[in-house]
Amino acid sequence: MPGAAPMIAVEHVSQRFGTGAVHTVALHDISLTISVGEFVSLIGPSGCGKSTLLRIMGDLIPPTEGAVHVNGKTPREARLARDYGIVFQSPVLYDWRTVRRNVELPLEVMGFPRHEWTARADRMLRLVGLEQFRAHYPWQLSGGMQQRVSIARALAFGPPILLMDEPFGALDELTRERMNQELLAIWAQTHNTVVFVTHSIPEAVFLSSRVVALTPRPGRIERIVEIDLPYPRTAATRASPRFFALVTQVRSALREA
Amino acid sequence: MSHLHAVIARAFPVAGVIIGGMFLWELVKAVFAIPDFKLPHTYAILGELFRRTGRGELWVAALGRNALVTGGEALVGFLIGGLAGFVIAAAFIHWPFAERGLLPYVVASQTVPILAIAPMVVVWLGTGWVSKAIIASYLTFFPVTINVLRGLRAVPPDALALMRSYGAAPGQVFFKLRLPTSVPYLFTALKISATASVVGAIIGELPVGSAAGLGVVIINAAQYYTFRPTNLWAAILVAALLGMVFYFLIVEVERLVVRGQQPIAPGDSA
Repeated sequence: MPGAAPMIAVEHVSQRFGTGAVHTVALHDISLTISVGEFVSLIGPSGCGKSTLLRIMGDLIPPTEGAVHVNGKTPREARLARDYGIVFQSPVLYDWRTVRRNVELPLEVMGFPRHEWTARADRMLRLVGLEQFRAHYPWQLSGGMQQRVSIARALAFGPPILLMDEPFGALDELTRERMNQELLAIWAQTHNTVVFVTHSIPEAVFLSSRVVALTPRPGRIERIVEIDLPYPRTAATRASPRFFALVTQVRSALREA
Repeated sequence: MSHLHAVIARAFPVAGVIIGGMFLWELVKAVFAIPDFKLPHTYAILGELFRRTGRGELWVAALGRNALVTGGEALVGFLIGGLAGFVIAAAFIHWPFAERGLLPYVVASQTVPILAIAPMVVVWLGTGWVSKAIIASYLTFFPVTINVLRGLRAVPPDALALMRSYGAAPGQVFFKLRLPTSVPYLFTALKISATASVVGAIIGELPVGSAAGLGVVIINAAQYYTFRPTNLWAAILVAALLGMVFYFLIVEVERLVVRGQQPIAPGDSA
């Protein structure tokens, strides 16, 4: 959206772990803008700082240097304004709660009116296709299903931004491809701004409008690849020559370390 | 399988072990020619239960009456100790410097022999049930503190990060996340404490002056052991049964509390 204020603006962010002589530079001088409604992937090998960058955006870690502006606010203000929905690689559902009660968790914590909880939770579970499991417990669901509950929970309170840290990393290839498709279907309805961390190049290219390729030691942006494939994307998209060309572009960017 | 069937299925191996144990007992007694005063016959011990006391009461009834007294003291001590243990663990989570400062003394409290402390407690608090309950709570609180401390900390970091992203207040994190996470650890500790509280109550009854309870019976039976050895064995048997009743009560409470969640494996509950 040309001219519109960016949803997330990362300005010269650096991240150092440790002090003095022994320290790691996880990120070096990262600058990036993400527009409203974009789907951006952060991709790179281990140690390139992609998860760190995501956590800085989400106010889970403070940056050593630089600033981040989210939706016109500091990350802390955005967090307290409940602008973030977060999905981690592990679903971290509560074993002692049913699926529905797990999705209701953010609504409880944030003080939504009690009579809204069930309706919102059920709506989200319908969106991810798990409404008939709402009375089940997490141990009764497969890994992919648990992750879908985690996504439903992240969306339950309608945050404008979705931060996802390798959410499908623990799943097998086939389930992962199916989840990619489902995530795009969900995103088409919710219109969040999504920042998605992955180390799967095909996944990044399939899902995103832009792919940010990061290289490690120190973590920096090597290249940003525009993905001009049209939405909605399907299995046919994965087989197209343009898809393959873009995957190759991203792969060669990551090789230049 | 209905719950009753499950209970019976589990009772079978237990009954088998008891019968096998009695058989082994008699075998060892016969093979090594152990005299009656060292190792009475199993049926003699069981027969002791059905002897009538001087007051015309069945011995098993008298033991049962005393077991109820001890059980009451143990239960109160268990509840006090359980609550105290939990509060101490929660305080340590909230104030880490308190843990650093006080934990060594908490540990030290358990290494002092309880037999040395019990008479002191009776001197301070009298010969009524209160001193017994306090001694029982003394043995109860420590496993609860240690286990609940572990449980309150056993929260995955991502779960804490998620709560942070919701802007959760510390109280919400404690009650919605840490507390439920600690429940399995709490029950582990309560199972240990269940038997420890019975032991504590009995020890509390040993110092002179207590009116009733299994500890009193045991002291008397020990004093007159050579006269009637089966007395002491019968009292020990009932004391063990009391501890077991407590333990299985906790198992049942846990089963009700975690209804619906992942079933506990057969080895975990007993």
